[in-house]
Amino acid sequence: MATATVEQAPAAADAVPSFQVTMRLRRFNPEQDTEARWEDHTLTMYGTDRVLDALHKIKWEIDGSLTFRRSCAHGICGSDAMRINGRNRLACKTLLKDLPLDKPVTVEPIKGLAVLKDFVVDMEPFFEAYRSIMPFLVTSGNDPSRERRQSPEDRARYDDTTKCIMCAACTSSCPVYWTDGQYFGPQAIVGAHRFIFDSRDEGAEQRLEILNDRDGVWRCRTTFNCTDACPRGIEVTKAIQEVKRALLFRRG
Amino acid sequence: MQTHQYDVVIVGAGGAGMRAALESGKRVRTAVLTKLYPTRSHTGAAQGGMCAALSNVEDDNWEWHTFDTVKGGDFLVDQDAAEVMAKEAIDAVLDLEKMGLPFNRTPDGMIDQRRFGGHTRKHGEAAVRRSCYAADRTGHMILQTLYQQCIKHEVSFFNEYYVLDLLFNEVDGVRRTAGVVAYDLATGETHVFRAKAVVFATGGAGKVYKTTSNAHTLTGDGMAIAYRRGLPLEDLEFFQFHPTGLAGLGILLSEAARGEGAVLRNAAGERFMETYAPTLKDLAPRDVVARAMANEVRQGRGAGPNRDYVLLDLTHLEPAHIDAKLPDITEFARTYLGVEPYTEPVPVFPTAHYAMGGMPTTVDAEVLADNDHVLPGLYAAGEVACVSVHGANRLGTNSLLDINVFGRRAGIAAAKFVERAPWVELPESPEADTVALLEGIRERESGERVAALRRALQETMDANAQVFRSEATLKQALADIHALRERYANVSVQDKGRRFNTDLLEAVELGFLLELAEVIVTGALERKESRGGHFREDYQNRDDVNYMRHTMAYRTESSDGDATVRLDFKPVVVTRYQPMERKF
Ligand SMILES: Cc1cc2nc3c(=O)[nH]c(=O)nc-3n(C[C@H](O)[C@H](O)[C@H](O)COP(=O)(O)OP(=O)(O)OC[C@H]3O[C@@H](n4cnc5c(N)ncnc54)[C@H](O)[C@@H]3O)c2cc1C
Ligand code: SF4
Ligand code: FES
Repeated sequence: MATATVEQAPAAADAVPSFQVTMRLRRFNPEQDTEARWEDHTLTMYGTDRVLDALHKIKWEIDGSLTFRRSCAHGICGSDAMRINGRNRLACKTLLKDLPLDKPVTVEPIKGLAVLKDFVVDMEPFFEAYRSIMPFLVTSGNDPSRERRQSPEDRARYDDTTKCIMCAACTSSCPVYWTDGQYFGPQAIVGAHRFIFDSRDEGAEQRLEILNDRDGVWRCRTTFNCTDACPRGIEVTKAIQEVKRALLFRRG
Repeated sequence: MQTHQYDVVIVGAGGAGMRAALESGKRVRTAVLTKLYPTRSHTGAAQGGMCAALSNVEDDNWEWHTFDTVKGGDFLVDQDAAEVMAKEAIDAVLDLEKMGLPFNRTPDGMIDQRRFGGHTRKHGEAAVRRSCYAADRTGHMILQTLYQQCIKHEVSFFNEYYVLDLLFNEVDGVRRTAGVVAYDLATGETHVFRAKAVVFATGGAGKVYKTTSNAHTLTGDGMAIAYRRGLPLEDLEFFQFHPTGLAGLGILLSEAARGEGAVLRNAAGERFMETYAPTLKDLAPRDVVARAMANEVRQGRGAGPNRDYVLLDLTHLEPAHIDAKLPDITEFARTYLGVEPYTEPVPVFPTAHYAMGGMPTTVDAEVLADNDHVLPGLYAAGEVACVSVHGANRLGTNSLLDINVFGRRAGIAAAKFVERAPWVELPESPEADTVALLEGIRERESGERVAALRRALQETMDANAQVFRSEATLKQALADIHALRERYANVSVQDKGRRFNTDLLEAVELGFLLELAEVIVTGALERKESRGGHFREDYQNRDDVNYMRHTMAYRTESSDGDATVRLDFKPVVVTRYQPMERKF
């Protein structure tokens, strides 16, 4: 257990309150540990600080070996999905003050993907699932000389699923994905939805065929974990339901 | 150590790198090396849009776009390059649409366009709707669309590979590109990539500053690597401070907010931009707006408990309009400052945003080794490069354009080069310098902490080399940087492991930042004038007689091994437009 000292308050907000928080981290270093272990750090943090700031404070001032991915620090690159207090979230989008601070804030790697070091997991199976659903516009014939037309209504039809940042918060919160690594997982279905409902696209048939597979969309048991986890507010379960319906419609 | 061989190696998988990869990959054997998964690149953070004179909603043409770019850049723009960009903008946008990019649409289904700072009709008469966009997620959509195309075309990615060195070899007395050295984050192994052509697309260097819209990973690696290998950096003293960063945090609120009608106000509620830029007001170019804001705060008209920010007011806009056009940035205000933009003005202050300077290139993205010669086989595109289409101040939307136009040109040029160029032998022990750099830091038992040095660097840069600069502040910054460089020689890391050692990489990145900070400040000291993003309080006017020229900074080592910056200069390419006073 280590205690860091007060450094300085963020510039703009002088009235920002400070508080003590204990971060309880699930650590695993493959070069030293045989299994994961818990580790506590108690820090002084501020009202505008996020979980990512607390992790940085530990890494930069206490233990440089603490390892996690991050880049943009404002919820746009999808690098830092973690299990925070038992729920999948982005560390950079979770403000400490919004968590109960009377008990430790637990941070663990997301589940269902192999842990490589601390909060770094193997993302390859996740991206592989995405690649397998033909996540690109499919068209036939020659390209037009100007843009393809699309009405604002048609554009709105698939807007929700264009927002995905591939953070894997949904897929790694899915109980089916935890027990069956063959299942594509919610993100891949979101990725397919984005094109299936794009009026310009002509690949829906093939994509639906892929998702009709035994490891495809029918494995979803509608637990809504994915929708709850999505930091972009995408209605993931609804998207999956729409894909299911498209399959049924096609069969009928 | 492992060795690989590709015709073309592209370093970076943001917009510029992937656009290059699509061209190069379909012509010759290509690999993309990237320290982040492609979709994590900071292109995804871009919000507002990408300009092209499509004339979908208002009369427009590429010549006006060229003029705005030149004038916005305070006449330091190379006008031939700006013309290429503005002309090719139209196809660049249409190409993205054909790849599937979900642009916002007009009622009749065409790509919609909106206003953006500095973009005008008829050479400054009034703001024009030129920016093509997808809500305030334009960069995200570009990054996703290009990645999707890379999947379609089976581009080979090496993810989480950090390129740390550039390899050359002499052939008949001429330095030619031989490849790069990369560090695989997962395993800690060094890999040598032999290539006929290398394209640098490593993005910006915003982490030189403390308050920035840039990602933690934007540490100017490509620029610093090239600089260490003796290549020049052009115009690095020109850094853009975007007016509307969330106060205290630096997270960006796109200019699109003002394009959609938001206005800036001081503590008294006054629309102060009306005084600073009577015609374009809140949509004047960024350097003008950022200085006006900083000036309001200096004059005691700032808002908040410390009077240290101004307010971005969207409260007169319809909530439905805000949700449709600016959903993400309003969410940032809610999430990170707890402010509700429907009803409350948002605290904002300038944030370090964009490096106008970089590796000098031709319009075909060939990297210059000096004013007159290209380095055969080396290309650069995107924020790492300086073509120069942004001059002293980049116009909003012109970077997403730049990465697409010049990314594409880089990919084509590199592939063509490969078809005619012979293989260059790798130098002896190609990985030796990289291994020495890494092991030197890893093996040092104790010493200075990376985070402490980085914070000190960022603080001096914010205090002394930001919106307002003077000889005194710049000299202070330079002295601080030199002291930090000495301390950096003694830097150590706690993580001694091989796997996912981000502690070690942060130390290496800090080394890059220190190099670049020195170049920025040295160039700024020498430039005794004010132009675009570079404002000297002791020389407040533009001086075209002495300073209408590009800075070319070279790293030189004195006989006792001390590195210093040597400055040279390059003429600006002027074709159609003679410099005139900038009034907005
Ligand atoms: C918040 C924000 C909003 C913006 N909004 C707009 C806008 O609306 N319109 C506009 O025109 N511009 C905008 N810009 C600017 C524009 O987004 C960027 O300048 C542009 O996207 C840069 O693209 P890039 O491809 O050069 O670099 P990036 O997208 O930053 O990509 C850099 C790539 O290089 C890789 N890399 C870096 N170093 C190494 C290394 N050592 N080894 C291997 N790989 C490496 C990274 O992994 C990454 O893939 C915005 C910028 C920001 C920060
Ligand atoms: S759908 Fe949401 S949770 Fe899932 S990967 Fe995309 S952004 Fe993340
Ligand atoms: S760091 Fe980019 S999403 Fe959190």
